[in-house]
Amino acid sequence: MPQPLSATNDFVVKFANVNGSGSASANQLFAKSILRMGIPIASRNIFPSNIQGLPTWFEVRVSGEGHLGRRGGVDMMVAMNPQTWDRDVAEIDAGGYLFYDSTKPMPASKFRPDITVIGVPLTELVNAAYKDARQRQLFKNIIYLGALSALLGIDPVVIETLLSEQYKGKEKLAKSNQDAFHMGRNWAATNLPPIGLKLEKSDKVGDRIYIEGNAAAGLGAVYGGATVCAWYPITPSTSLAEGFEKYAKRFRTNKDGTKNYAIVQAEDELASIGIVIGAGWNGARAFTATSGPGISLMQEFVGLSYFAEVPAVIFDVQRAGPSTGMPTRTQQSDVLSAAYASHGDTKHLVLFPEDPRECFEFGAAAFDIADRFQSTVFVLLDLDIGMNDWLCEPFAWDDSKRMDRGKVMTAEMLEAGRDFGRYLDVDGDGVPFRTYPGTHPTKGAYFTRGTSRDRYAKYSELGSVYVDNMERLLRKFETAKNYVPHPVEKKASRTTPYGVLYYGSSSAAMQEALGALEQDGIHLDAMRIRAFPFHDDIQRFVESHDTVFIVEQNRDAQLRTLVMNECGIDPAKLVPVLHFDGTPITARFIRDAIGRKANSVEVVPLRKAVP
Amino acid sequence: MSYLKPALKHPSLPKNALGFTRRDYEGSISTLCAGCGHDSISASIIQSVWELGIEPHRVAKVSGIGCSSKTPDYFLSASHGFNSVHGRMPSVLTGANLANRDLIYLGVSGDGDSASIGIGQFAHLMRRGVNMTYIVENNGVYGLTKGQFSATSDKGSKAKKGAINTDEAIDLVAMALQLGATYVGRSFSGDKQQLVPLIKGALSHQGVALIDCISPCVAFNNHEGSTKSYDYVREHNESVNKLDVILGRSPIAASYAPGEMTEVTQHDGSVLRLRKLHDDYDATDRVAAMNYLARHKAMGEIVTGLLFVDPEAQDLHASLGTVATPLNQLNDASLCPGSSALEKLNAGLR
Repeated sequence: MPQPLSATNDFVVKFANVNGSGSASANQLFAKSILRMGIPIASRNIFPSNIQGLPTWFEVRVSGEGHLGRRGGVDMMVAMNPQTWDRDVAEIDAGGYLFYDSTKPMPASKFRPDITVIGVPLTELVNAAYKDARQRQLFKNIIYLGALSALLGIDPVVIETLLSEQYKGKEKLAKSNQDAFHMGRNWAATNLPPIGLKLEKSDKVGDRIYIEGNAAAGLGAVYGGATVCAWYPITPSTSLAEGFEKYAKRFRTNKDGTKNYAIVQAEDELASIGIVIGAGWNGARAFTATSGPGISLMQEFVGLSYFAEVPAVIFDVQRAGPSTGMPTRTQQSDVLSAAYASHGDTKHLVLFPEDPRECFEFGAAAFDIADRFQSTVFVLLDLDIGMNDWLCEPFAWDDSKRMDRGKVMTAEMLEAGRDFGRYLDVDGDGVPFRTYPGTHPTKGAYFTRGTSRDRYAKYSELGSVYVDNMERLLRKFETAKNYVPHPVEKKASRTTPYGVLYYGSSSAAMQEALGALEQDGIHLDAMRIRAFPFHDDIQRFVESHDTVFIVEQNRDAQLRTLVMNECGIDPAKLVPVLHFDGTPITARFIRDAIGRKANSVEVVPLRKAVP
Repeated sequence: MSYLKPALKHPSLPKNALGFTRRDYEGSISTLCAGCGHDSISASIIQSVWELGIEPHRVAKVSGIGCSSKTPDYFLSASHGFNSVHGRMPSVLTGANLANRDLIYLGVSGDGDSASIGIGQFAHLMRRGVNMTYIVENNGVYGLTKGQFSATSDKGSKAKKGAINTDEAIDLVAMALQLGATYVGRSFSGDKQQLVPLIKGALSHQGVALIDCISPCVAFNNHEGSTKSYDYVREHNESVNKLDVILGRSPIAASYAPGEMTEVTQHDGSVLRLRKLHDDYDATDRVAAMNYLARHKAMGEIVTGLLFVDPEAQDLHASLGTVATPLNQLNDASLCPGSSALEKLNAGLR
């Protein structure tokens, strides 16, 4: 047997549970208690498309170093689901630990010789203490939390405090949970030897917050001034609209009970985006939240928004798909269907937040951008950022900031004799003025349609008029390059021919991989893309390196295609690093993939291979 | 190509309460076929808005795609208009209405736009009770694509090229009644006397108002054997009542026998004065209206008039509890909670 793993503040615990068994609450307590001890964690749910009965996992990566990506591998498995026992046991790293309910004896063949097995008779304990079936089920989770706290060294006071906070005003419930917790803790302290995985109080969390990206984006929409939300339920985006509702209810309800917002659960995604576009046309800030299948359904309307120049915001929480099953897994696979959505020549503004903090920030900024450019703005989250709680910088807001409503011609401006052409490029930036319906009794009204109109919104099917408009739309897109969030560059410690581009939820794993690759002797300049259209710095970055890796969570290297297409880059220069099995990308994966590819590039330098 | 009409106006044109002439409510010149029923409906819309004395820019016109959906360009050029995508006028209008509850919303659609591609949105708009006037210019045929049957074509109706429709027709009036519409009328583009008051009542109604307006297509559906031709509709039209819309109280000029006339006061104070043409018709009883319509449809009648009205109608804003100020006019202070609220929120997330 290998030496049992020994680590302090640096290990991965995975909980294997049955969906609907009430384990989520206990697992959250486990995660939060470690945070309260000042130790950074990254937690992830791996869940089925199901409400009750199917397997579900919760993974907590403890990282004193502060790595927030998924690490890969499991040091301790809390195996609470007989259905997945075999694969759960198989997944434990050699030398790792298996924590299980030992009430019912298991044959030796069900274990592995190279791991440490920790049995706690959970069912026996819970049956002895409780009569009610549901209580037995729920408290079993709290009992294993107690046992784990003893094994790993979680401060019991922290758990007690968390339980008091959770059951504020329901002291009886708090007390019974605390009792169950101590029952597990005492049993473990009395009956189990210490193990090699340890938690020690630290100060590495700072003032960071722990929240999921969907809620953060919903909050961003409140701060961004969104007043109309139309949506259709779809995993993994549902909690975004619900987040907006929760925060809008809290912050936007007037004293008389009336609401400074409207939420419509529409009949489908077509109606959702139609409502958003109608509201945007009429001067309200509006959004919808959806996922890939919704994006497919919204294509026609997104094109209308582009040509009719109507602001709209679409939060797309990306997932694998289609159908049921993989949709509860994460991917970055809507990049192209968002950037080039719809029929005709169209391109759209796309934002790529890296974590909940940026979900909030971009969630608010998207409405300024949409108003400024009178077009659809996609905010591309994914299931990993959207539905998992992440440790991130606290939200911040500048109170001097005002909404940028873009170029809106008012009644006063019309009255003063300003020339109003709805599609007239008055400033040379491709962005025309618009009027809200009902602005002025005799001036400023126009008829909104797709492409067949001239600069003054008069109907026209002339080719030259169409071309004139299409070229202006390109100018507008060009203007947007500098307005959308700029890319963030991180230079290697020494000059290097290698660069790497990445975006969205790959960021945390990428940061960690950069450090690891440096240890391997592979130095990379890194650039995180935060928006489309691409800022000129992205082109410069690619041009100034011999080889640029593009790290993505999809099969077809969609961002690479977009970079090639939009920046006119030689495909041979852009090496894809692709992770698309539905689990979040890991630093180990990036390190291995880039390591391997960098070494093979060393053997046949591209400059020589490509004449 | 549409173009603007000459601005020259006759000095003695009659003016409405606001001092506008009918010309102030017109639009570009129609590009539809000569004799198209839709143009008569446009004229009735102009007449209605003029008579009601609505400032032309206080109306927002929204349509989908099709011959009918082109028409908002041909009336109320001082109003903003939105020619959206096929079958999706209801959602676009719903969004527009949410953004600014102070404007008057007029949705114009056709039978293809509302009964085929857009039937889902039609249904859900009715359910939600969006405060609007929904006019379906119903000709039973696809005009712009040259003569295919639409979903409101009656079973057995003959196409211009001779094919017989074998599918059951969708009755938008019956659907609207079932789905909770609070003002439902059916009319005929050729009967302006009936249509203008119906539109006026709908525009004054504070809820969802549907007018299914049969509007013959002279190019593709006006032949022998069609049930949406001018001749057929004239022969089978059975009007259940005659409507007058009265703004503010005015004395009843003519005297009627008891039971001949009913008055319905709407939320905005307008009075719908209904003179009964059929003794057994009560336009305030939804279930009775549905029964009557079903019975008379089976007899081959096209029942027209104000078929149902709920004067206590409520709209989507009432259901949602939105503030009286239009949402598109709320400022930063009403919308953004600011940094101190955020600090508290942060504290709860640690």
